[in-house]
Amino acid sequence: MDQIKRSQHHNSLVAGIIRENPLFVTVLGTCPALAITKSLEAAVGMGILFTFVLICSNVLISALRKLIPEEVETPAYIVVVATFVTVVKMVTEAFVPALFDSLGVFLSLLVVNCIVLGRAEAFANKNGVYDSFLDGVGNGLGYTLALIVIAFVREILGTGVLSFGSIFPFLKVNGANVTLPILKGNGYDYSISLFAEPAGAFIVFGIMMAIIAVIANRKKDKEAAVKRAAAIAAAQKAAAEKARQQTAAVEGGAH
Amino acid sequence: MFYTYFVAFMLALVSYTLIDNVLLSRFYGICSFIGVGNKVKSAVSMGVAVVFVIVFSALICYPIYHFVLMPAGLEFLDTVVYILVIASLVQIVGLFIKKYSPALYKSLGIYLPLITTNCAVLGVVQENTFPGKMLDFPMSMANAFGTSLGYLLMIFVFACIRTRLDTYSTPRAFKGIPIALLTAAVMAMALMGLSGIGA
Repeated sequence: MDQIKRSQHHNSLVAGIIRENPLFVTVLGTCPALAITKSLEAAVGMGILFTFVLICSNVLISALRKLIPEEVETPAYIVVVATFVTVVKMVTEAFVPALFDSLGVFLSLLVVNCIVLGRAEAFANKNGVYDSFLDGVGNGLGYTLALIVIAFVREILGTGVLSFGSIFPFLKVNGANVTLPILKGNGYDYSISLFAEPAGAFIVFGIMMAIIAVIANRKKDKEAAVKRAAAIAAAQKAAAEKARQQTAAVEGGAH
Repeated sequence: MFYTYFVAFMLALVSYTLIDNVLLSRFYGICSFIGVGNKVKSAVSMGVAVVFVIVFSALICYPIYHFVLMPAGLEFLDTVVYILVIASLVQIVGLFIKKYSPALYKSLGIYLPLITTNCAVLGVVQENTFPGKMLDFPMSMANAFGTSLGYLLMIFVFACIRTRLDTYSTPRAFKGIPIALLTAAVMAMALMGLSGIGA
């Protein structure tokens, strides 16, 4: 019993990170994934804020799941999420103003983020508080990871460098931004500015979805091959059995 | 004076419709863009419903912010108030259409609840009152009209392209969403060519 419970907790935590990644597998929350992934720092900041909102809303909705009548579910969820988003907005504006400016409207748009509402409807209103908390952590981490991957590619290709410190001041060294030259440095510049533009966001995201489709297809093919091999083996066995029975019958008839 | 303002208004309208297109440059409402798929008729129904809701919610939220929230010093409540306005507006629009045009309701009905959670609506309303970049009333209406027309145009064009895409033999890994995203990238590049108008 205890073991089952523990494996369920483990599953709620892990499922959202890779197997059911909210961005790459269920393709939800695409708007911020395209809009704020121009710089790695903004993506990390968005990921942190998103995870916080998701955990809080999951916990509160799961705690209130027996009190909220079914007819007003969605409006109730939206109000809960909007409350946490307002808190996050005020805190960000006060303590990390550079992040507030670079996220802009997308911070408010967390209210209508499909993942937050989707987890509330698909998970938090059916499961306990602890599981919903773990689900929030897992999905938040999964989404943050996905944002980081996209932003990493886009910042390197688009600007040629990875720079830290313009949004989170504690990353500055001696009061200056830290810049890692990768495609752009002294005397060479292989950056493609298209990737910092909106079109580049679509290209990077599209190619990543294709890579994931390749992996998924390979897995599907392997499973299909195993199934086919099993079916062939079973058919052969059945045919052999039939032949044996027939010969037995013929032999029986001869007697 | 009036003339310059009029020119600025028209430029803003064009810019919100095409150059800063809601889907391809500002990235609001991508979920519906990808989700509505290749059915041209449902794409247009969805687009028309979005035009209605965006224009009316911009019309209602502007006075609420400027004459209620600002005098009371409650600007931080904007998101909560806007989302409530949008959700109830969608309900009311649904009831109205159901009463006066059941045929239209039949084709629009299932998209109405989805519009509440469409980022484009909340995005436009929030943009109109974004701290530091506040728009005046005509400009916020230009934003609402331009954005929603841009949404209708792009979702229609995209649905048409996707019906064609389905009949072509794309590589297996690119089937479905990946090729749709790459198509969107090409469309976004086309609109990039227009940037600079009115600058």
